[in-house]
Amino acid sequence: MAVDAVSLAVPAGAFIALVGTSGSGKTTVMKTINRLIDPDRGVVRIGGVAVGALDAPTLRRQIGYVFQGGGLFPHMSVGQNIGVTPRLLGWPPDKIASRVGELLELVELPQDVAGRFPAQLSGGQQQRVAVARALAARPNIVLMDEPFGALDPVTRDILGTAYKGMHSALGLTTVMVTHDIQEAILLADRIVIMRAGRVLADVTPQELLQPQVDPDVAALIAVPLRHARHIQDMIAAGVRTAPS
Amino acid sequence: MNGQLTAALRELPGFMANHVLISATALALGLLISLPLAVIAARNGRVRVVVLGIAGLIQTIPSLALLALFYPLLLALSALTQATFGTTVPALGFLPSVLALTLYAILPILRNAVTGLMGVDPKVIEAADGVGMTPRQRLLQVEVPLAAPVVMAGVRTATVWTIGAATLATSVGQTSLGNYIFSGLQTENWVFVVFGCGAATLLAVVADQLLGLIEAGIVRGRTRTWMFGLAGLVVGTGLALIPLLSAGGTSKSPTYVIGAKNFSEQFILAELMGARLEAAGSRVVRKDSLGSAVAFRALAAGDLDVYVDYSGTLWTNVLGRTDVLPRAELLSELKRALMQRHGVTMLGSLGFENAYVLAMNAPAANASGIASMADLALKAPQLTLGADLEFLSRPEWSALKSAYGLNFKGERSFNPTFMYRALQTKDVDVISAFSSDGRIAANNLVVLSDPKGAAPSYDAIVLLSPRRANDANLVSALTPLVGAITVEAMREANLRVDRDQAKATPKEAAAALGTGLPPTRAP
Repeated sequence: MAVDAVSLAVPAGAFIALVGTSGSGKTTVMKTINRLIDPDRGVVRIGGVAVGALDAPTLRRQIGYVFQGGGLFPHMSVGQNIGVTPRLLGWPPDKIASRVGELLELVELPQDVAGRFPAQLSGGQQQRVAVARALAARPNIVLMDEPFGALDPVTRDILGTAYKGMHSALGLTTVMVTHDIQEAILLADRIVIMRAGRVLADVTPQELLQPQVDPDVAALIAVPLRHARHIQDMIAAGVRTAPS
Repeated sequence: MNGQLTAALRELPGFMANHVLISATALALGLLISLPLAVIAARNGRVRVVVLGIAGLIQTIPSLALLALFYPLLLALSALTQATFGTTVPALGFLPSVLALTLYAILPILRNAVTGLMGVDPKVIEAADGVGMTPRQRLLQVEVPLAAPVVMAGVRTATVWTIGAATLATSVGQTSLGNYIFSGLQTENWVFVVFGCGAATLLAVVADQLLGLIEAGIVRGRTRTWMFGLAGLVVGTGLALIPLLSAGGTSKSPTYVIGAKNFSEQFILAELMGARLEAAGSRVVRKDSLGSAVAFRALAAGDLDVYVDYSGTLWTNVLGRTDVLPRAELLSELKRALMQRHGVTMLGSLGFENAYVLAMNAPAANASGIASMADLALKAPQLTLGADLEFLSRPEWSALKSAYGLNFKGERSFNPTFMYRALQTKDVDVISAFSSDGRIAANNLVVLSDPKGAAPSYDAIVLLSPRRANDANLVSALTPLVGAITVEAMREANLRVDRDQAKATPKEAAAALGTGLPPTRAP
């Protein structure tokens, strides 16, 4: 059993991070939201409506999804990738084209990228396209599966910050799966820590930075805290010993 | 040489049209069966194991055997439909060819399609679900385009195989480019063989290149490229099929199917009968290069209307008799039995035999005073016998040997061409020969007589299918041939086709053989 007795309420506009090691069940929980996985028991509701009662493809077209590693269609151009959900929804071609242009601007990619294929882009550019594709059909909810995991730290920071901006500006509700506690602290306004299919903690970033009772949660947060202190110490030492 | 090329080119539109027809039909059916099957097999492991196993098994059957197997299968099916629905299924020609070629085309398409579909990255499949595609949209918009290069590679393999194997359809009575190869091999007309191989290869290369264009178009997402390839295939197939449209006109005149086994004499006689029927205003369809056993069964089943066979062959192979009757008695008994058992009409004997005989160089025979087998028996201990590869193990040889007490100094087996050469160079003194072989006259040989009538007779006889037994057009056109062809005339006609210099086509040889024969009698 991947997930057991998980109960979560996500208010509209929230940015939730599901954190845990691999096998903790965080991805499974997220996939039950758009029915990529149907739970054996239990129910997921969006705005009070049980998703199990909805047609899965119709439901998924209303929810943005950023896949691990991008999940772009290699045989479609960037423009076709971004426009895929609007096309499934039957938008007219000119409306799709202008929406693709808008989104490329939003994710800060040049317009001529639309005609290129995913394999011709860098990892960071591919991930920007993946975010644009998730937002194309103007969803209110966005699910993200390790969205920035495969990127270098600088690109990762830039993209994370950029997404956080879009989340606020567009009034999205975001559920992000990550194994990186630091990323969760920096982006999310609420952090759900999972282990072995159960919720271990459901806290704000500020609460997480307080001393923890649970040894596992304490161990999880200890690493980034130690790194942060270490760097701070080094900076302080550097300032003192720097030649004048 | 030039004449041979002209003759080959004259047949090209018809042969090519038929070849394209069976290849394209088989490939289309193969695609229609394989692709949906591949989609199911890619999703279901158990189906996959079974389906790929069966397809692999079929592929291990040699293609010629697969074609041959469909003949008795369809014959049995025909008997079944005759009993239940009162209609028969054609067991020769188009149907068995297309069925066998379709089965043959399935494996490469199926295997590649399954591999291609299963090779699509699971993350991409999940992404297709995640963006809201239905299973059908996912299949058509993501899985099929991504699997297409691998699938197309399978289609290209299947196409090249099918076009190559379609040449074998000739042996079950379906006209194809194989007609050049089969008839060319039998008449040692290498221009025809090379022409047939070349035409089939060219066809395969062109089809493969057009499919390659489609493949490249799909891989690179260039609609115009794959549309161009597809258009090329469709237009090319259409153009190749044009000769069939004009041939299938609305003519009210009856159409007769003439069969021929796989050697020169049979081709010449089929041409001769065909020319006489066409002169009488009938239409003629030829089924050439049939296996010896296939020909009679095809006639009895009504897939052929007429062909020439040999009394001794029918006596042993069809009636299963081992006794030797005098020539006239054997013919009348054969006529009665064929009608009674198979409803087949024996129109009559053409007037010559194509039997196993013993022959010698004429000067040597005269010098030693040998004219008959009885004479030969006296001199045999000083002579060497040259035989073709099967003669020494045939019942004819044991019959002759015991009847005359033949006991040679030595017995050697040869390929027929080398056997004649060995006689010319006097490496052997006596050879086995077919009595209507053109080389008997050309090499100045004498055929030794058989005063005891020990060897079975092989009279060339015209056979009519049950449904044509009382067909006035057919009977009146062919009856004048009965008793009209001497063994000398047949030898000359065979020689024209078989010789190396100034080779004639069977059609030309038939025309020469036919001059001077009585015209068709009014029905």
